Amino acid sequence: MARAVTNQRKAMNTFFAWALGLLIFFPILWTILTSFKTEAQAISDPPIFFFFDWTLENYKAVLERSDYAKFLWNSIFIAGGSTLLGIIIAVPAAWSMAFVPSKRTKDILLWMLSTKMLPAVGVLYPIYLICIELGVLDSRIALVFILMLINLPIIVWMLYTYFKEIPVDILEAARMDGASLRDEIIHVLTPMAIPGIASTVLLNVILAWNEAFWTLNLTAADAAPLTAFIASYSSPEGLFFAKLSAASTMAIAPILIMGWFSQKQLVRGLTFGAVK
Amino acid sequence: MSLKNTLCAAVAASFLSAGVASADKLTIATVNNGDMIRMQGMTEDFTKKTGHTVEWVTLEENVLRQRVTTDITTKGGAFDIMTIGMYETPIWGKNKWLVPLDDLSEGYNAADILPAMSGGLSYDGTLYAAPFYGESSMIMYRKDLMEKAGMEMPKSPSWSFIARAARKMTDRDADINGICLRGKAGWGEGGAFITAMSNSFGARWFDEKWNAQFDTREWSDTLNFYKNMMDDAGPKGFATNGFNENLSLFQQGKCGMWIDATVAASFVTNPKDSKVADKVGFALAPDNGMGRRSNWLWAWALAIPAGTQKEAAAKQFIEWATSTDYIELVAAKEGWANVPPGARTSLYENENYKKVPFAQMTLDSILSANPKASTVDPSPYVGVQFAAIPEFAGIATEVSQEFSAAYAGKQTIAEALAKAQTITNDAMEAAGYK
Repeated sequence: MARAVTNQRKAMNTFFAWALGLLIFFPILWTILTSFKTEAQAISDPPIFFFFDWTLENYKAVLERSDYAKFLWNSIFIAGGSTLLGIIIAVPAAWSMAFVPSKRTKDILLWMLSTKMLPAVGVLYPIYLICIELGVLDSRIALVFILMLINLPIIVWMLYTYFKEIPVDILEAARMDGASLRDEIIHVLTPMAIPGIASTVLLNVILAWNEAFWTLNLTAADAAPLTAFIASYSSPEGLFFAKLSAASTMAIAPILIMGWFSQKQLVRGLTFGAVK
Repeated sequence: MSLKNTLCAAVAASFLSAGVASADKLTIATVNNGDMIRMQGMTEDFTKKTGHTVEWVTLEENVLRQRVTTDITTKGGAFDIMTIGMYETPIWGKNKWLVPLDDLSEGYNAADILPAMSGGLSYDGTLYAAPFYGESSMIMYRKDLMEKAGMEMPKSPSWSFIARAARKMTDRDADINGICLRGKAGWGEGGAFITAMSNSFGARWFDEKWNAQFDTREWSDTLNFYKNMMDDAGPKGFATNGFNENLSLFQQGKCGMWIDATVAASFVTNPKDSKVADKVGFALAPDNGMGRRSNWLWAWALAIPAGTQKEAAAKQFIEWATSTDYIELVAAKEGWANVPPGARTSLYENENYKKVPFAQMTLDSILSANPKASTVDPSPYVGVQFAAIPEFAGIATEVSQEFSAAYAGKQTIAEALAKAQTITNDAMEAAGYK
């Protein structure tokens, strides 16, 4: 009897998990389906789900009009570069906060996070003027630095949380064995925190990949990433939903594939230390 | 090598180097509209003729506005040519942020630009942006439904006729709405429509001393008329409908009438996208017998930001893109129905273009809008569906949000107008107009 109840509960849980998963995934699925419709089918009422004449016409039109490879490369460079730079800065910062805390460590962490609450548009003009002065407007390097600075509080906070789970005794043992500070961070701490670092990297890549305020406002022809690519297909005067969906699918495909292959690592990292 | 050969080689080399030196790469910011995208496909012709190449930065309209405004106010220099509208041009021209276009070549024939367009794109008599395409607004209606309602659309209908026809054409069981109009918040969306409509009711944004006029009977009449008609004959949720939502409804056969941009005519008559392509008729936007119609006037135009290093090449591009030759190039490749409309007088004298079903109505609509005298009572501003002052976009966005809330039944019309009055007067006072 008890076993039957358990199985029933399991089945219910599975059903709800699938239903929730599908609900969350539905907008992406709808975008992908729309990308294979004609513009007329894309706006048809009632909506058509699967039974329509599938066409690659929108992908062809998008590839003919836009240099997708250039946008993709810019996205990879900006998201990858800002994440790498952020990790290099955040690992030692999180180490010091986790293992050599001061009275103000918690305050500093909170202050760092509070900078995320500032509306980006409030600093648009100063940042724009700085970029003009430095001659880095519409350059990937500028965006690497800006996105790194924007996401740094989250990276530091996440790494700090993971590092706090690592026993200090292990680091002390390494020190007694003669490990320098550099060795301690690179050869002892980092390998132990790999799941946490990996999930931080993945989350940061996703955040940087999807960032649309700075990437739209600080780029023009040279450094524009996939967010600008999508924006170029949005129009308030004309129904181009099928082409917009094709562009969106092409923009999110790389990150979806990366997320799919690294989901185990991501979940492991995000739940690291959650259950004691 | 003989002296003659040496000289020839030197001359050839100098020409070649001059050619290379003068070949520029232009960066152009533009919007994702059908005509603009078509222009991108024709760029090869420009490169072939001049040697200059073009990099396009295509953005959604609101993003583009923010992007080019940031760049021009900071003298960022990210773009050599910007696509801007009738709202920005006189303001930016006044601030000397744009290169004057008063020295375009004779062959360009600037006098051929429709006076309504050149007037709206000038400041103090100087042209600061060349119109790529122009538009007004007009009525697009279903001829079959009008006939079924036992009515006939006049060429210049009144608002009372439109309201009667809308109610008669409405068939809720068949999911047909008598009329579809913009109600969405935003100065360029529902704000543009209601401002143009209010002109025909004798309303205006400001009196001659820049005092807000939302406490007048004319504004109350405009909003009450709009809401009553839309409640009776409009689609569900009209308070959040903009151009695209109404286009979709009309193409699906769910609107009896739609009053919106003249460029929509090519979409609703395209059998590939529209279920009612062969049933569409056109008429001038309605009036109220007060001497002003409710149609607007707009142009997407090309302008050069002051300080660009490539001014000569940029002017060459503007001359190419807004010329009669370009119109003929598009006609030859994609047909006359697809040429950019509303910019040049000669287009409407062309026999081939006269055959396009919506051509004459587009011209008549454009000609009936006067941005310098858009209101019945005198007003201190230029513009039909906007007032060409820097503060307008911000104020009108807030005001249109109040109006949309009233359309949705979240507040009364009187409350929305009272708030609009306060918002506008406060902003004008803060900006130093009063």
